Amino acid sequence: MRLLSHNMLSSNIKGVTNGFPLRIEAEKVVVKQVDLNVRFLKNMFPKIEWKALVEASRTMGYAELPEEVEPSKLDSRDFLQKFHHALLELVLEEGALVCPETGRRFPVSKGIPNMLLHEDEV
Amino acid sequence: MSRPELQNPPEIFYNDDEARKYTRNSRIMEIQSELSERALELLALPEDDVPRLLLDIGCGSGLSGETLSESGHQWIGLDISQSMLDVALENEVKGDLLLADMGQGLGLRSGVMDGAISISAVQWLCNADKSSHNPRLRLKAFFGSLYRCLARGAKAAFQMYPENLDQRELIVSSAMRAGFSGGIVVDYPNSSKKRKEYLVLTCGPPSVNTSVPEGKSEDGDSSFDDDSSGDEENQTVSISDRHRPRKKQRITKKGKGRDWILKKKEQMRRKGNVVPPDTKYTARKRKARF
Ligand SMILES: C[S@@+](CC[C@H](N)C(=O)[O-])C[C@H]1O[C@@H](n2cnc3c(N)ncnc32)[C@H](O)[C@@H]1O
Repeated sequence: MRLLSHNMLSSNIKGVTNGFPLRIEAEKVVVKQVDLNVRFLKNMFPKIEWKALVEASRTMGYAELPEEVEPSKLDSRDFLQKFHHALLELVLEEGALVCPETGRRFPVSKGIPNMLLHEDEV
Repeated sequence: MSRPELQNPPEIFYNDDEARKYTRNSRIMEIQSELSERALELLALPEDDVPRLLLDIGCGSGLSGETLSESGHQWIGLDISQSMLDVALENEVKGDLLLADMGQGLGLRSGVMDGAISISAVQWLCNADKSSHNPRLRLKAFFGSLYRCLARGAKAAFQMYPENLDQRELIVSSAMRAGFSGGIVVDYPNSSKKRKEYLVLTCGPPSVNTSVPEGKSEDGDSSFDDDSSGDEENQTVSISDRHRPRKKQRITKKGKGRDWILKKKEQMRRKGNVVPPDTKYTARKRKARF
């Protein structure tokens, strides 16, 4: 799972009011190269929860994203490169996603988070 | 063979064997990618070369997602079958995969997805595979959460195989109740094999952009009972046909005529069937009452 998806995912356990962002427990992170597409990044940017992306990428061992960001940054090639790398190239292979409210762990194996809920969580 | 939906829950039906068989069958591959291309077309994304973030619901081994990647889009796929997802991994699909049950609702933030497709999957929600399952509630949870995670004005296109009118009605009404507008598009309505239906939904109240596009059809009578495209991915034809007033449709819409009947009889003869000889009485008009 890439941080693009992590930035969209939230815990939907019954009763949880703020399931975002899921905390990342990273056991194995891999980097998979993807072609950079400026139009995609510009389209995504307004939807990204920036703080969550910065924190998630740091947990995954990448600390290059600026804490604060404004749309004018999208004109900088250097920034786009970093944004792209954090969003699409860092992959959580093994580990877990943890619900911020309940602490429930969703295991990640072979890059796939298991988001199946138990019956009493639906 | 009966419908897969009637045999086992999806995570059991799509086991390792079935997942592999499914994904290696070139006929299925071809059909699924055609259906996915059509679903993507029905999303009517702006033609601006901007890659979007799309959802593939019931993504399986990634046959449908590949179509999205080929068009340059990023996607998140979810499926309830680990075996199907394992095959997707083997095939190195480009999208992100989640093991998830759509009937439990989608755990996604509000308004972030640019669109969603779902190919041959949503009818599974009409089954109650566990004692705790209530199809109505699962459909409600699913469509409600889908509505929330889509950007306003975004569309979702579901190619689906409802088993009968009740299932279709249940699926459509659940979607409408969640706030979607839209309806069903039928492609090749006159061909029992090629006929495919899509539920096309727009997030938000009806507007000029939410009208449902027309289904595809083939010109001429050749589309009737065209055997060229199979339905191996889902043996639904015989069942769903029973519920469709197909006969009525054909006669009122097109009127068959002598040539068509002669052609059909010839086809049946070639297949080795016993067919009455052609005479001057063949396909004559009858009075409404004898
Ligand atoms: C006929 S396959 C289609 C797979 C893929 N969309 C394609 O076109 O090749 C149907 C898929 O729906 C999945 N499915 C069924 N019920 C589901 C549910 N409740 N949640 C998520 N996926 C489900 C099955 O596991 C299966 O992979």
